[in-house]
Amino acid sequence: MTDHAMAHGPSGADDAPHPFQQHHFNTAGQQAGAAKLGMWIFLATEILMFSGLFLAYFITRMLYPEMVLSSHELLDKMWGGVNTVVLLSSSFTMAMAVRSAQVGDQTWLKRNLILTLAFAGMFMVVKTIEYSGKFSHGIFPGSYFDYNAAAEYAASHGHELQGLPHIFFGLYFVMTGLHGVHVLVGIGVITWVLIRANKGHFGARYYAPVENVGLYWHLVDLVWIFLFPLLYLVK
Amino acid sequence: MASQTHSEEPNYLTAKRGLMSWLYTVDHKRIGLMYLAAVLLFFLAGGLFAITLRTELLTPEGDMISATTYNKMFTLHGAVMVFLVIIPSVPAALGNFFVPLMLGAKDVAFPKLNLLSFYIYTVGSIFFLVTLVTGQLDTGWTFYTPYSTTHSGTAVVSATFGAFILGFSSILTGLNFIVTIHKMRAPGMTWNRMPLFLWSIYATSVIQVLATPVLAITLLLLIIERTLNIGIFDPAMGGDPVLYQHFFWFYSHPAVYIMILPGFGIISELVAVHSRKHIFGYKAIALSSVAIAIISFLVWGHHMFVSGQSELAGVVFSFLTFAVAVPTAIKVFSWVATLYKGSIEFNTPMLYALCFLFTFTIGGLTGIFLGALSVDVHLHDTYFVVAHFHYVMMGGTIIAFVGGLHHWWPKMFGRMYSERQGRWGALLIFVGFNMTFFNQFVLGHQGMPRRYYTYLPQYQQQHILSTVGAYILLVGFLWIAYYLLVSLFKGPKAEANPWNAVSLEWHTATPPIEHNFHGQPRVETDPYAFPEIDRTGAIDHH
Repeated sequence: MTDHAMAHGPSGADDAPHPFQQHHFNTAGQQAGAAKLGMWIFLATEILMFSGLFLAYFITRMLYPEMVLSSHELLDKMWGGVNTVVLLSSSFTMAMAVRSAQVGDQTWLKRNLILTLAFAGMFMVVKTIEYSGKFSHGIFPGSYFDYNAAAEYAASHGHELQGLPHIFFGLYFVMTGLHGVHVLVGIGVITWVLIRANKGHFGARYYAPVENVGLYWHLVDLVWIFLFPLLYLVK
Repeated sequence: MASQTHSEEPNYLTAKRGLMSWLYTVDHKRIGLMYLAAVLLFFLAGGLFAITLRTELLTPEGDMISATTYNKMFTLHGAVMVFLVIIPSVPAALGNFFVPLMLGAKDVAFPKLNLLSFYIYTVGSIFFLVTLVTGQLDTGWTFYTPYSTTHSGTAVVSATFGAFILGFSSILTGLNFIVTIHKMRAPGMTWNRMPLFLWSIYATSVIQVLATPVLAITLLLLIIERTLNIGIFDPAMGGDPVLYQHFFWFYSHPAVYIMILPGFGIISELVAVHSRKHIFGYKAIALSSVAIAIISFLVWGHHMFVSGQSELAGVVFSFLTFAVAVPTAIKVFSWVATLYKGSIEFNTPMLYALCFLFTFTIGGLTGIFLGALSVDVHLHDTYFVVAHFHYVMMGGTIIAFVGGLHHWWPKMFGRMYSERQGRWGALLIFVGFNMTFFNQFVLGHQGMPRRYYTYLPQYQQQHILSTVGAYILLVGFLWIAYYLLVSLFKGPKAEANPWNAVSLEWHTATPPIEHNFHGQPRVETDPYAFPEIDRTGAIDHH
């Protein structure tokens, strides 16, 4: 904590010291810049990780186009659409939370974070409804897939299963499952930010954690924006 | 530039005491040392696996261990050496210790994350040890499907999960270094005043951050395929096993450069400092690291020339593979040009640097043989490939790592090793290494396939030669371990800057104090402007 005071000359608000500055940074601006760059790099790794799944999806779709088309009819477009709206709303409230932190509005910071949490919870509830619906008709991942039960379910909705639908649903469960894990992690980190917001840690000088959690949350939203049309709206 | 040594101030080793002060430390130097200890331990284990393999290969028949044990041994040797030793060796051990010091920073950007990545590494390693105990892994380190998904034992899941966890450690370390290099440089340290070691660590980190997530998802899919049979990789379920190879090599070929680039960085330091000459072609060396990082993402298909990818893909990948040779050659020529008319000191670090130039060049050039489509069809999966990648991984990375260890040893521990003993060690390693692997090129060319437990009697003489070389290597490494350990307790105290180097890590106390520097260091020159260089000759390097 020794030399940050003298290491910089006249400084903008960015460089003003705050209680959460770590000793190995010379200025608060350096710390905030490092945190943000770190987050962007982390987001790049996330995108590359999901891109592997998207590639697997496209290869599968290329190998078995009819199978993917016929299988996707069993996914519930309505619930998928609802979840898209829910996640988009949560991204909006998250962005508002970051804004509230930047202008130092403690009340709305907390309210927006709570709203975001509520939307995230809603998303998981809908996901649970969807998953249990699939399970009840024998649609399990991989070798647990019950072809007859699924075909019967498809027939009752006027569709016909073709080819190897377990591959499509395997991908469906892996992709939405990994995304769901990211939502759960998001709920965790938003709660952490909310606890810190309650203690009054954030304000115009120091809001990097809110911003970074926000960035992460937008990525989770963005992944869903790609998952929804690719899985639910194949045609 | 130089901070005065305050002998009364405790160094990073003595500032805090007790086991907890190590387990909870966020000091990058201590974390680096913990990595170093772990890496050396695993290097010993991986080396002993190799010795077992080589001993079995003394005779054409299988007589010492069973065929299954042999398969497990080479799998463990490869997996331990790649994931637990070579990948973390330079970046996580030496890099952690020296990146902030060379930058003139107090620590890495995210010290707690740094500690976390060490613990993730530890947990991942334990998963590997579990496979050791349960002993059912015989897929080779590549975990190719469908063998890994249907036939091989259950340890595939724990081993791949271990590699998956280790990947996160690698990602976090890379992320930390990128941010550190971007944000923590001392005043005056422009990008073109960074020691070349930092450039190579930067390029390595970029690959780690971009490639490792793909490995993570690949291994996750493999685990899911193995446990649930979702049918992505397993042909019996409608999947595509070649897709697995694409996924795997999309990470694992860049990973080859994760392994070698940090070694390049070390050689740049050793060659310049120990020949007392300004590095030749600073920008060319720096940017060629970045070029290698970019090209590394475009060559993965050369592992699959005989796996059933299209001929066009094979041709394109073959051409792109040749392209790697250009930035690599730029480096090698620059190092040689640096040595030219330099005041070369044949001390231990320099001997390793020279050894590197010799062995790595052989490794690199034989890589071009293998990148050539038609030649590869003949040499694929023979001992030629084994010799090639050992010349790169061991003759390159490990030699550079050991050289770097000797170069920075005085700074890390404040003690000098015996120079005479060090030179003997370097000689043993050089002789042992070339004896082990050089004739494997010949063996492979004559048709000896890799991973075989028994072989035709006509190959025996060369196998014996190779095994004797391996024993010499073992003696060499034990010898190095011996004199380095002795130096910790009995070695003469090292000066702050025993090599008269310019980069910042030498301009603080030895061993460094807990916060690295007294005050904020400032940088006015580039790191290779040695004071005795005659600058009147008007060769402007910039």
